[in-house]
Amino acid sequence: MIDLTMDLPGLNLKNPIMPASGCFGFGREYSEFYDLSRLGAVIMKAATGDVRYGNNTPRVAETSSGMLNAIGLQNPGVEKIIENEVPFLANYAIPIIANVAGSTLEEYVKVALAFNKTESVNALELNISCPNVKEGGIQFGTDPDMAATVTEKVKEASNLPVYVKLSPNVSDIVGMAKAVEKAGADGLSMINTLTGMQIHLETKKPLLANKTGGLSGQAIKPIAIRMIYEVKQHVTIPIIGMGGISTAEDVLEFLLAGASAVAVGTANFQNPCVCPEIIDALPRTLEQYGFQSVLDAVGKGYEA
Amino acid sequence: MKKQLEMVVEKVNEIALDTIEMTLSNVHAAKTAQPGQFLHLQVEGHALRRPISIADIDRENNFLTVLFKKLGDGTKRLAMYRPGMTIDALGPSGNGFSYEPSMKTVLLIGGGIGIPPLYNLGKQLKNKGIKVIAVLGYQSKEHVFYEEKFNELGETIVVTNDGSYGSRGFVTNVLDQVADFDYYFSCGPVPMLKAVTKALHGHQGYISLEERMGCGIGACFACVIPTDTEGGYRKICKDGPVFAVNEVIL
Repeated sequence: MIDLTMDLPGLNLKNPIMPASGCFGFGREYSEFYDLSRLGAVIMKAATGDVRYGNNTPRVAETSSGMLNAIGLQNPGVEKIIENEVPFLANYAIPIIANVAGSTLEEYVKVALAFNKTESVNALELNISCPNVKEGGIQFGTDPDMAATVTEKVKEASNLPVYVKLSPNVSDIVGMAKAVEKAGADGLSMINTLTGMQIHLETKKPLLANKTGGLSGQAIKPIAIRMIYEVKQHVTIPIIGMGGISTAEDVLEFLLAGASAVAVGTANFQNPCVCPEIIDALPRTLEQYGFQSVLDAVGKGYEA
Repeated sequence: MKKQLEMVVEKVNEIALDTIEMTLSNVHAAKTAQPGQFLHLQVEGHALRRPISIADIDRENNFLTVLFKKLGDGTKRLAMYRPGMTIDALGPSGNGFSYEPSMKTVLLIGGGIGIPPLYNLGKQLKNKGIKVIAVLGYQSKEHVFYEEKFNELGETIVVTNDGSYGSRGFVTNVLDQVADFDYYFSCGPVPMLKAVTKALHGHQGYISLEERMGCGIGACFACVIPTDTEGGYRKICKDGPVFAVNEVIL
């Protein structure tokens, strides 16, 4: 019997697979395809202090082995999410992670405080890496001092474990990780999307209305693996890994690099049932490569 | 529970310049499809599915017909599928056209690859005894398709942008030639829909929208359209692609 469980701060996972923030809405649409209680956990779409409409369309573009998106954090605001979306997900016996976004320090704190009111949310994913909003977001994710400050403030405000979602759009990912660990982060979530652009030949202009977008999908998997591999050797807090995962083999690769659990994003768009299919395939994949548990595999990629 | 469908390619024809007509078979899809709905097709080797609207429904033989234009890598690859091959599809997705038996005369206005979803609608309207008038716009003569099929449904006026076939100009140029109608249904590029809804202001109608989609099931917020200036929105893939004209802001 292969042991898929994983205990992380605030998260008692029966398996290490969760849908990634922004690719799964608040779960309703995917609940029409499978029983969400099969998941290890669920990460909700980002919440901001107030309702946010997001960017103009087109908001997505396909690329070689991936896609660009510039949704712009469209969401109904944290209060509506707590009122209308959290109760739906709470019907399923799985941990809920709330993704917290903002444009200012105050907004991050406001959102984090709001989630204290609900007992159904088990952890926060601090989104300091959204590349698609004009102000805030990404700048908290590219400056280690700002990242540390927002982590500290959110930790002070929240009664939940905080996983800081790191941006790959930096030259020193280890420095960012160490800064937020020192500021009190309970875990890391990595990586968010890479900033990219596609020019449409017909119009000779950027295809996305926002011009730039975040690159996700299989194209970014080697970058995620490299960054997790480097970061894991310099921090003691656990990592939720993400970036181009679509198979159980991909999951094992992330575990070996140092992730303790993983999130699946873009692959949900090709195959809405990809998460349960990976969960079904994972025991055999672990066994095939000589592991009896998920825990056994974590970090084996760099250990002597 | 919803699931992905395996659809078998039955026929593939290039019926006009870069315009492919593909017939697919699947019992569930053919039994449940409504005009205006779309299939979200997984083209091998592509990260995103392609939303393609349903042009015709054959419930007896369990066939669905889709039309698409070879515009990029995905649709070019899709055009290379051959009879016997299978395609993974989600759907039939979205909310299609709704009509009332009380309608007397309906005007269909289609532009380019926005024409196909109006075809099965027109057939159903005609079967219900509703009079159909069609205005179809194409870039030029070599892009014209389904003219005869629409002629069988009712009076059909063809327009080409360059005047190489039918009247020259845009669909809106010929709307004054159309007899009285009580509803209109339109599908085409957004600039055309803007012009149509403006020209037919005061008439009741429905429009079908096209947009680049992510998940295609309502989860990713890629294909939204505003409903007001206060942040209201609809999801094209799930709430649409068909909307009442006053429901969304183009």
